[in-house]
Amino acid sequence: MGMEQLVEKYFRPGRLPHIWCPGCGNGVITGAIVKAVDKQGLSKDEVALISGIGCSSRSSGYLDFNTANTLHGRALPIASGLKMANPALKVIVASGDGDCTAIGGNHLIHAARRNIDLTLVVYNNSIYGMTGGQYSPMTPKGSKATTAPYLTIEPSFNLLDLAKAAGATFCARATTFHVPLMVDVIAKGIAHKGFSIIECVSACPINFGRQNKAGTPAKMMEWQRDHGVMKAAWDKMDEEKKAEAIAAGKFPIGVLFETNDVQEYTEAYDEVIRRAQGGK
Amino acid sequence: MLKLVTKRCKGCGICVNFCPKKVLEVTEVGKCAIIKDKEKDCIRCGQCEMRCPDYAIFVEK
Repeated sequence: MGMEQLVEKYFRPGRLPHIWCPGCGNGVITGAIVKAVDKQGLSKDEVALISGIGCSSRSSGYLDFNTANTLHGRALPIASGLKMANPALKVIVASGDGDCTAIGGNHLIHAARRNIDLTLVVYNNSIYGMTGGQYSPMTPKGSKATTAPYLTIEPSFNLLDLAKAAGATFCARATTFHVPLMVDVIAKGIAHKGFSIIECVSACPINFGRQNKAGTPAKMMEWQRDHGVMKAAWDKMDEEKKAEAIAAGKFPIGVLFETNDVQEYTEAYDEVIRRAQGGK
Repeated sequence: MLKLVTKRCKGCGICVNFCPKKVLEVTEVGKCAIIKDKEKDCIRCGQCEMRCPDYAIFVEK
């Protein structure tokens, strides 16, 4: 099915054009979510999309799934509650880098630790876009931001390493340049039983790009093309080459970690219910 | 062959940049359009449709 038909099928009618700025990657990521849902053969009613606050989180208003636009950083707790109440639902969480790693950082590590079956799609545009370009924990060190006019001095999170260390059982990364890969890893994340995190590297041409002289939206997309390295190629590099690549701002993309050896949270909770009812 | 939904287009120029046959342009009013007589050059690769963040251009079957 082409994107035109998918928009008809999964978007709320009459809501487009969306509010995102010209060239914003959020539209590409939201499109990739829709393509991944379609790839999994899911109907609108089988999917719930929960979002927090921020540019990325406006996606819940455009999509015709069961949706809720919730509290800043608190999309994961609300999605967890939803999943506990109805484990049959495929629950996708849309969150930005600020929403997910700063104010929602605590919720992120605990959702990952529990290995609850959610698919977290992080729209990583390296900045707080909606509020005017303040730096986030995902802003690369040495970038300019409204709150860092003399460049940021903080190193950014390696989000997937953080999630993996906290207990996430599916960690993947893609960029808005690598659209088919993004669709593929989101689809795999939805299919994975357990906590899945997909970091979608995106561009904010207005509030990040302008301050950092990153050029046009197309130029920022080309930057992603030149800096995203497929996992197979990344794994072939020795440690020295990897360090060089990281210093040059490159990062691996693809499914970086997956395990099926950890029990999923709602399944574990079903056992609690059985025990509480006397093991019947 | 190419369907443009001008109402949704914000003229970001991503489709123009990635079109391998240079079929598209951003007009003076800030919207994507097909350059005159260039549609025949389109090879239906779908780069524009895949990359458009605004769901404003489609390659029709």
